[in-house]
Amino acid sequence: MIDLPVIIVHFALLLGFPPLLLGVINKTKAKFAGRRGPPLLQAYYDLARLLRKQMVVSRTTTWIFRAGPVIALSSALLAGALVPFGAFDAPLRFTGDFVLFAYLLALGRFFTAAAALDTGSAFEGMGAARDVSFACLAEAALFVAFVVLVRLSGALSLTPMLHAPIAAPFHGLPTAALALVAVALFVVLLVENARVPIDDPNTHLELTMIHEVMLLDHSGPLLGVALYAASLKLFLLSALLLHLVAPFALGSPALDWLAFAAGLVAIAIGIGVVESVMARLRLRYVPSLLIASTILCVFGFVLTLA
Amino acid sequence: MLRFSIVNLLLVGILLLNLFMLGTSRIRALIQAAALQGVVLGAMPLLIADRLSSNAALIAVATIVLKGALIPQMLRKALRDAQIKREIEPLIGFVPTMLLGALGTLLSIALASGLPLEPEHSELLIVPASFSTVLTGFLLLTTRIKAITQVIGYLVLENGIFIFGMLLVEALPFLVEIGVLLDLFVGIFVVSIIIHHINREFASLDTRRLASLKE
Repeated sequence: MIDLPVIIVHFALLLGFPPLLLGVINKTKAKFAGRRGPPLLQAYYDLARLLRKQMVVSRTTTWIFRAGPVIALSSALLAGALVPFGAFDAPLRFTGDFVLFAYLLALGRFFTAAAALDTGSAFEGMGAARDVSFACLAEAALFVAFVVLVRLSGALSLTPMLHAPIAAPFHGLPTAALALVAVALFVVLLVENARVPIDDPNTHLELTMIHEVMLLDHSGPLLGVALYAASLKLFLLSALLLHLVAPFALGSPALDWLAFAAGLVAIAIGIGVVESVMARLRLRYVPSLLIASTILCVFGFVLTLA
Repeated sequence: MLRFSIVNLLLVGILLLNLFMLGTSRIRALIQAAALQGVVLGAMPLLIADRLSSNAALIAVATIVLKGALIPQMLRKALRDAQIKREIEPLIGFVPTMLLGALGTLLSIALASGLPLEPEHSELLIVPASFSTVLTGFLLLTTRIKAITQVIGYLVLENGIFIFGMLLVEALPFLVEIGVLLDLFVGIFVVSIIIHHINREFASLDTRRLASLKE
């Protein structure tokens, strides 16, 4: 049952691949803007640099401030063990693991927000408030999306849920339901990772930012850990989405891993394109976007009932 | 059937455009969405018809040219001539109309599943997408104030009827379909002229004030 090579490759990708996605997104944006852009591996260099640096911690903070990024990283890693990559099974799978997946991500967010609040900075408190309130709405969309997948596959675990389109290709109405869920999950991906229509990862010290503002007081290795955890989250949600937009298996393990990596890079390019062609939404429109994506999932659910 | 899956994906796109049109606050984006919907609709007869007939091809080309290019062009021209502000003024807010549209779509799906359809059509989203688009058209007609947004509502309403016509793509006479398109074209042509004139005579394009006109 336990397939050792698959598990090794799974964790190798989980640990090593995520910062590359950030590089691909930035490269795509640079190409759109006619710039050369930072090197593809810039995120790795940044992480290496941050890990070597000294850490400055405010005297007003408590252990929560230090725990925030660490818990965000460990919960993202644990969540990573639950998600099947490409055509392969997840190392850890049991009935109802999708609930654990969603709340591991939520736990990471809770501690990131708590660490931001712990600094006592009004700026960071604002970012935390925004992050948490958008997350409430994104969670609804994510769960209705999961319900549609449960309904389509008849299983309660992420691996069979996400592999159902490969096992038995859908026709007719389920395809439509799957497409709706895929669109909604893409929006959730953008919200969870604070990408462009919701938040601009490039701006700093602006009143409208969400995720970056929560990390303002983190420095050195702690900041590196927080950034790495954020890239892991991007990687995991992209892997989730990939199952819905490219449901196929090629047969040979090497090709399948390659297809998985290529698919993730394609999604990252897609995010880069969205960031290049769209402006950030006004904050008050973000809830409408999330409500709309929840509605899409509900449409998908009704289609599976028909 | 891969073909039907593609048609369903296109129809999902139309549902998404419906929601977008109800949620957007910009007239230009609204026109663009209506145009895109027209193009997607135009591609549909080619995919649904069992064999490629010249009828289907002609309808497709005429639809894409009219709904995708000419009509949006006229609307944009009317927008420029009348110097309309870009913001849409809704009678009820954007999120409530979007929720109403979503409710309408859910009802359409429920209604369509209750209808005795041909077996090859029950796997397709044609009927729910058609009802939902018609309802979106009604919502745009009733909840937006500006004359030009009402024209777009009418256009979307016609799109919904066009989708329903896809059920009969084998049997629908070419003349009827082209006649409908021509009517639509002339209708929008006339309305864009009217908008221009209303704008020249009166200060506002608020359709609520049309009720108080006297001879």
